[in-house]
Amino acid sequence: MGIMDTQLSSVTEWLASGVRMAIPLLFAAYGGLLTERSGIANIALEAYLLMSSYTAAAVMAITHNLYLAISAGMLAAVLTAGIFGFLTVKVKADQIVAGMAVNILVMGILPVTSNALFSVSGQTPTLSLNERIEQTWPFVAIGILLIFVTHWMFAKTRLGLRIWAAGENPDALAAQGVLPKSVRWKAVLLGGLVTSIGGIYLSIGAGSGYTRNMSAGRGYIALAALIFGKWKPIPTAIGCLLFGLADALQMILQSVSIFADGSPLPTQFVQMIPYVLTILVLAGFVGKVSAPKSLNTP
Amino acid sequence: MKNLIKTLIPVVAILTVVTFVILVMGDNPFNVFQSIIWGAFGSATSIGYTLFYSTPLVFTGLSVVVALRAGLFNIGAEGQLYIGSLSLVAYALMFKDQAGAVAILGAVVAALLGGALWGSLVGLLKAFRGSHEVVVSIMLNFVSYALCGYFILNQFKNPFSQNPETSEVEAAFRISNWEAIFPHAPVNNAALLAVFCVGLVWWLLYRSQWGFDVRFVGESPEAARRAGLPVRMRLLQVMAVSGALAGLVGVNEILGFSHKMKDQFSPGYGFMGIAVALLARGEPLRVIPAALLFGMLQKGSLDLEIDSQKMTRDLAYVIQGVVMIAVAAQPYLSKKLEKRWELWTRN
Repeated sequence: MGIMDTQLSSVTEWLASGVRMAIPLLFAAYGGLLTERSGIANIALEAYLLMSSYTAAAVMAITHNLYLAISAGMLAAVLTAGIFGFLTVKVKADQIVAGMAVNILVMGILPVTSNALFSVSGQTPTLSLNERIEQTWPFVAIGILLIFVTHWMFAKTRLGLRIWAAGENPDALAAQGVLPKSVRWKAVLLGGLVTSIGGIYLSIGAGSGYTRNMSAGRGYIALAALIFGKWKPIPTAIGCLLFGLADALQMILQSVSIFADGSPLPTQFVQMIPYVLTILVLAGFVGKVSAPKSLNTP
Repeated sequence: MKNLIKTLIPVVAILTVVTFVILVMGDNPFNVFQSIIWGAFGSATSIGYTLFYSTPLVFTGLSVVVALRAGLFNIGAEGQLYIGSLSLVAYALMFKDQAGAVAILGAVVAALLGGALWGSLVGLLKAFRGSHEVVVSIMLNFVSYALCGYFILNQFKNPFSQNPETSEVEAAFRISNWEAIFPHAPVNNAALLAVFCVGLVWWLLYRSQWGFDVRFVGESPEAARRAGLPVRMRLLQVMAVSGALAGLVGVNEILGFSHKMKDQFSPGYGFMGIAVALLARGEPLRVIPAALLFGMLQKGSLDLEIDSQKMTRDLAYVIQGVVMIAVAAQPYLSKKLEKRWELWTRN
């Protein structure tokens, strides 16, 4: 009985922690969904996550005002999306180069500004408990709402249908008198806004301040979840949950004894799990078939 | 005029944005630029350091260039250089007794093979499974950091050191540095290897059938397939070559300088290679000046951290990002500028 209980509680613990780990992935993947559905390949999600988590934590540390911190985090990601949008929508630059440019720029801007503001490179001061959003449920609730709203938006609303059309057949959209450019601008900025919630969760929800390279590749894993979900809202959310569970498993395995002498697996191999899983998923799912037809064509 | 604009746009963009960032941070841009230039060229030793930092950037820049010409964006050079360095150090520590040219040649081949293996994983998945090469490369970067961490701390750990680093390689595995010309600077014969690689890549791309195939695939994969070229094999081979070039960073760092592999030794050479390749606009010969520019910034920004209280070496990332944005926006900007120029000359 006792063993059954501990097993059951460790399974529920794993599920709960998997959901927590899925939160940033979900918001980033949906940011990616909105952008990529409009025909813009978006590898800048990592930059959005880093920018919003850093800005939210930094503003919190300076002003101690939660609402200011959240709005600043959102604004920072939208501005980052603005740079990305300028390059991809306005200038029609290579979308992958543009995305990587934004990622690298943000990798530099954060430590430079944090050094100027707090005299530490790439970090914000540790936030006290009452400066953080302790509960996870608001994020879970917004996440679930986002799934349904996005699903409904693409199925029923004019903006959703236009974003879809801008990615599938921009010429037909233009023939109807709607500029694909303006639709894509909206999609890119909205993508930044949605992703920012995941970044804010990382630094002032799950974490107590921003630490260097906080998102640790989650922006790219979110993209893998999007490919896994074939650019559709509900399957993408399932993909995020899967990757979240893998991340949680990784944390549990770090303390579980595997070998006869009671030692765990080497940490480095455990830490690899989410990344290796992402590669395996991408190797198993040929994404091209279901990608938006005009993806990555300026 | 057109070419001048093309080259000037990224440079002007760097100067403008960096001046702006420095002003916002409350530092004096004149002092900062002065300390960058002085740090890079102030003495024979500083020039030696600048050349030392430029050498890995030639390798990673070429790595990105080769892939770029086949239409692939290799952002995995960082992981490839780590696996190349790991194989190099593993070879040198496991076959300690070798002497003479065999020792160094073996280590260089080990670095080439390690990098090629890591690069061809991306090529394999891209060519035969259609996987997103950017995501796969980034994931492989993370896997490579963890693998190197494991082997450095558990297999090859230096028992006499507190730092996460391997034992030192034997004297037979060390290549000579240019102490006589650049005193106390780590620049070494790997720089010659880098120049040789530039020539080799140029020859491969423009004088060999293989290079013709690769450029054809890069220009139009569909037409190349119709013409009967083995497109998938070429993509796989290109990524192997690309990874092998990145792997050579270990020759400069380990055989030529530290003689051991330190965990996380790269300050982002793989990512800087992207900016170098874009600034060189995919031309192997232009990789040398582009790498020198970034090598200078790298050396200068390391000094900056000591001289200036508010700036950090991460400023180098800001500069790379700005260069990439400027290169990406360059067709648009030069069109605008040309229009301005026309209007202005007409009046």
